[in-house]
Amino acid sequence: MNSLLELNQVEAHIQKFHILQGINFGVKKGGVTVLLGRNGAGKTTTLRTIMGLNQVSKGTIRFKDEKINDLPPHKIANLGIGYVPEDQGIFGELTVGENMRVAMKKEDEETTRRMEWVLELFPDLKKFWKKPGGALSGGQKQMLAIARAYVNKNELLLIDEPSKGLAPIIVDKVTESIEQMKENTTILLVEQNFMMASKIGNQFFIIDDGKTVHEGQMEELKNDKGLMKKYLGIS
Amino acid sequence: MDLIIGLTVNGLATGMLIFLLAAGLTLIFGLMSVLNFAHGGLFIWGAYTGVWSFQMTGSFIVGIIIAIITGLLLGLVTERLIIRPVYGNHIQQILITLGFMLVLQEFIKVVFGPDQKAVFPPEILQGSFLVGDIVLIKYRLFIIAVGLLIFIVSSFILKRTRVGLIVRAGVMNKEMVQSLGINIKLVFMLVFMVGSGMAALSGILHAVYSGVIYAEMGLEFSILAFIVVVIGGMGSFSGSLFAAILVGLAQAFMAYYVPALSLAVNMLLMTVVLIFRPQGLFGKG
Repeated sequence: MNSLLELNQVEAHIQKFHILQGINFGVKKGGVTVLLGRNGAGKTTTLRTIMGLNQVSKGTIRFKDEKINDLPPHKIANLGIGYVPEDQGIFGELTVGENMRVAMKKEDEETTRRMEWVLELFPDLKKFWKKPGGALSGGQKQMLAIARAYVNKNELLLIDEPSKGLAPIIVDKVTESIEQMKENTTILLVEQNFMMASKIGNQFFIIDDGKTVHEGQMEELKNDKGLMKKYLGIS
Repeated sequence: MDLIIGLTVNGLATGMLIFLLAAGLTLIFGLMSVLNFAHGGLFIWGAYTGVWSFQMTGSFIVGIIIAIITGLLLGLVTERLIIRPVYGNHIQQILITLGFMLVLQEFIKVVFGPDQKAVFPPEILQGSFLVGDIVLIKYRLFIIAVGLLIFIVSSFILKRTRVGLIVRAGVMNKEMVQSLGINIKLVFMLVFMVGSGMAALSGILHAVYSGVIYAEMGLEFSILAFIVVVIGGMGSFSGSLFAAILVGLAQAFMAYYVPALSLAVNMLLMTVVLIFRPQGLFGKG
């Protein structure tokens, strides 16, 4: 087995629009793999397609060597993939505690330990345990979304733009939490904030117009101003 | 004063019957966004199978159990065969469920005959209590107790158990629930079955309450349930209870004081709510 997750020539449509036109990449076990690209390049669609929320029209997606692109989302999640969507997907009328309880697949020792760990990492969640999810601040919602994905023993976490709309101090907190999580879990991250991505990412793939156009180690990208300007608009 | 209490008990009993029918409807709409006009069909099937087994065995408990089982099974069949192909399309849902409602209604006539049937309460629930000068009819109190019990148990399940949390979460964000590893289609099916079981329970209880059953009563009664769902707010369980009691009381008092307006009052209530609060009294804006 070369990669934990492997996408091979994946294509996907949303209604009549051909969004993904050939996505190829593999996520190695351990560390953080970052998907980079301009707005509308297809990064979020890629994560949604891995989760089974969008249909694959062509190509294959394999997780631990098992083809998953015909599986419904709940089966994909139960294989050990956690998902933090771009809009965080918080259940606004449920309390923080209830949001966590819906997410917990088991109530065993391991899950309890992970819950304690994640509450130590995000003390705000403990503080606002009985507060409705919808009443949390943007940063607290993001913490809850990440905690909910981490509380189960997932082998892979898909995290979509965790820094979006957050104050810099909260971005630092989220960055720190992902850095700690990557010690135990493989992470596939979509991130527009290059500072954050370059700080925690190990390998990267650039998506442009629905295709993977470049890959490499994050350290190389930091030094390649031409590539950054061409595909990410960063000069 | 005796009259007021008597009318209130009548209104509460009618309200609880409507609540049992409306609660299933509102859960089904809230979670699945399905407009199920076949709900009245499940109500009459519950009434007929329940009454039939009650009369065959002499046990009202058996009648209630058979009615609920009929509702659960018909709910399963309805969800799998009728609803599943039309998820996400309200126009198709209205057409196909209305059509299925008529099929269920006509099929009642095939199985049980087209004539009205008289129904009598079980011996234990016949008669009344006298509290001071106030006469309280036993069966009406029984209906109120069953309605309250169902509301309390359902609220407990929805608010305190993980299954209930999943159902509430599913109403808010189906995709996220699936992404957490939960089979939302199975949850949909179970909710649909429970909603159908409640409709069937309402059917058998109403059959004994009204003393007569006929195939068309499902459609008539389900219109009241839809009014309640609209007044209470689509998807709101507590809203359904509140609106059902409101409609039941309005109907009971109007039937006594202004009989000509007893049916119109519910429409009037719905119109007023739609004008001033289109999302319903307990609905989210």
